[in-house]
Amino acid sequence: MTLLAVLGVLSSAIYSGTSLLYTTLGEIIDQRSGIVNLGLEGVLLVSASAGFALTAITGNPYLGVAVSMLIGGVMNLSLGYLTVTRRANQLASGLSLMFFGFGLSALIGRPYVGARIVGLPRLPLPGLSNLPVLYSSLFRFDLLIYLAIPAAVLVWWLLFRTRWGLGLRAVGESADIAFASGRDPRLIRYQALFVGGLFAGLGAAHLSIAYAMNWTEYMTAGRGFIAVALVIFSKWHPLRAIAGALLFSAAVAFQLLLQSSGTQISPFLLSTIPYLVTILVLMLWGGTRRHSAPASLGRVYLGTE
Amino acid sequence: MVRYGVMIVFAFLLFGIILLIAGNDPIQSYRDLFGSTLGSAYGLSEVFVAMTPMLLTALAVALPSRIGLINVGVEGQLYLGAGLATWGALAFGDLPAWLLLPWMILLGMIGGGLWALIPGILRAMGLVNETITTLLLNSVAPLIVSFLVFGFWHSPVDTNKTPNFPPAARLPTLFDTRIDLSLVIGLLLLAVFWLAMKYSRWGLEMRAIGGNPQAALRNGIPLKTYLISVMCLGGAIGGLAGMAQVSGFYGVLLANFSRGIGYMGFLISWLAGGNPLGIVLTSFGVAIITSGGSLLQITRDVPYAVINILLAFTLFVVLARPQLLGRRKAA
Repeated sequence: MTLLAVLGVLSSAIYSGTSLLYTTLGEIIDQRSGIVNLGLEGVLLVSASAGFALTAITGNPYLGVAVSMLIGGVMNLSLGYLTVTRRANQLASGLSLMFFGFGLSALIGRPYVGARIVGLPRLPLPGLSNLPVLYSSLFRFDLLIYLAIPAAVLVWWLLFRTRWGLGLRAVGESADIAFASGRDPRLIRYQALFVGGLFAGLGAAHLSIAYAMNWTEYMTAGRGFIAVALVIFSKWHPLRAIAGALLFSAAVAFQLLLQSSGTQISPFLLSTIPYLVTILVLMLWGGTRRHSAPASLGRVYLGTE
Repeated sequence: MVRYGVMIVFAFLLFGIILLIAGNDPIQSYRDLFGSTLGSAYGLSEVFVAMTPMLLTALAVALPSRIGLINVGVEGQLYLGAGLATWGALAFGDLPAWLLLPWMILLGMIGGGLWALIPGILRAMGLVNETITTLLLNSVAPLIVSFLVFGFWHSPVDTNKTPNFPPAARLPTLFDTRIDLSLVIGLLLLAVFWLAMKYSRWGLEMRAIGGNPQAALRNGIPLKTYLISVMCLGGAIGGLAGMAQVSGFYGVLLANFSRGIGYMGFLISWLAGGNPLGIVLTSFGVAIITSGGSLLQITRDVPYAVINILLAFTLFVVLARPQLLGRRKAA
């Protein structure tokens, strides 16, 4: 196997990992405020299709990314209406949102199946410009890839170093106590869902506008659920989410490597490894009783009336 | 009842607006939808076909929910059940139907049951919450089935599906329609579930656990045994749903045959409050929408997935419980 092949695999792993990282960051924000968003798959689909459609119409990928983010936020707010205002069950509301996303994205995206767009421009890594073109062409990334790790740091800063983040985590641990200390759990959960939706929208935009550069029905293929798994794997911590996204995309990369080297290991079995690792890690944590899930995750806040 | 009716009309109005925006005539679309499903004997039989897997997947959620277990993993249990049942059909295809079908049903239930055993044990040991494990395992099960289909079982023509099952491995159909025996099995199991919960000792003990697990434990009810075995039984029913899909509906195992039947079961069970009769009625309603969707796709030229919007709107309004009639008294 050549160095070129290894680098190529690395490059594609970075591409597939980026949208996962953004999506996971979004779900971390949702869940830190106590809301499980199982509708993530649907949110991603609608965001990705709307962003792609707008890019195809206007020819401006940045506009497409912005719309993707906004749609992600709005989709999440609709979950907020059901779970926060109407106090509906979070799992059922999320799954309904998923089915809604299946349908709406198919409707939005249908005229654009097979459309060609100008994706996000790819900029070479600084310092690699003197490498042979064959190599440097593999390391031309779009803006969203460069911003992925800073985004994780930003979310960490938001959650752990700002008053807003403190309030958000307080609501996630105990909405009643947060309310007693003068915070409005409903407002905070809406805010968390909106901001989380913006990040999920970024993940979706990277998938359709920067990476695949096309739209096919159900193109997310389970990424929403992978992100939910990643949130658990990263123990609801934005910086550990980087490691999680790397693990999942490394599994993808490893498959490609094995295939190119002709080794007979099924890619499907390799894909199961990250999930199994997550379950194993959870078992080990469970044994030591160091839970770090937000304590009121999934509970309905009934308010004080 | 009236309120539910008003809410569902509201959902249909919303979807009508979406159809209108998408350039379709909503009234004609609805006439197609209901005409194609409730308007003819054939259409009605197709509704029953669509309803069959929902009965089983909803029961797979409803049973564990009685002792407070949240089984979001029916999607995975469905896949493993289908996978193991397919192995039965391929490896023992020479057996006569009266022997092969029960064997496949058993295999399907073992597949789903084993898949639920993992979350059940982890929960009973107090290690990991079953909601999380079942969700994670949902992503693993389709990969295992894909591994088996692409690697070993695929037919000479297609790489993503097995050869068609021999006739002996197909569940018999009823009344010259596509309705198969699994509809009867599903209804029977729901009836058994209702009777067992109401009249048996197990039902009493399960209700005790659902009410207060600690009190149940102190009264000598083996809590851990119940957690594990009820979870497995739920999984086994999910696996049976998978077996019924491949043996009854498809007659072949396709690598990614289910796109959310298991999750749909969760929603139905939740909407019906785990009540058997509620499950039958809700499944019927959902089945009208989904089977009507296939006709809409043909006559209205909208993607099949679009019917999910109508489904989701209906779910949204039921979840949101808008206070259209009540509430005013309190104010």
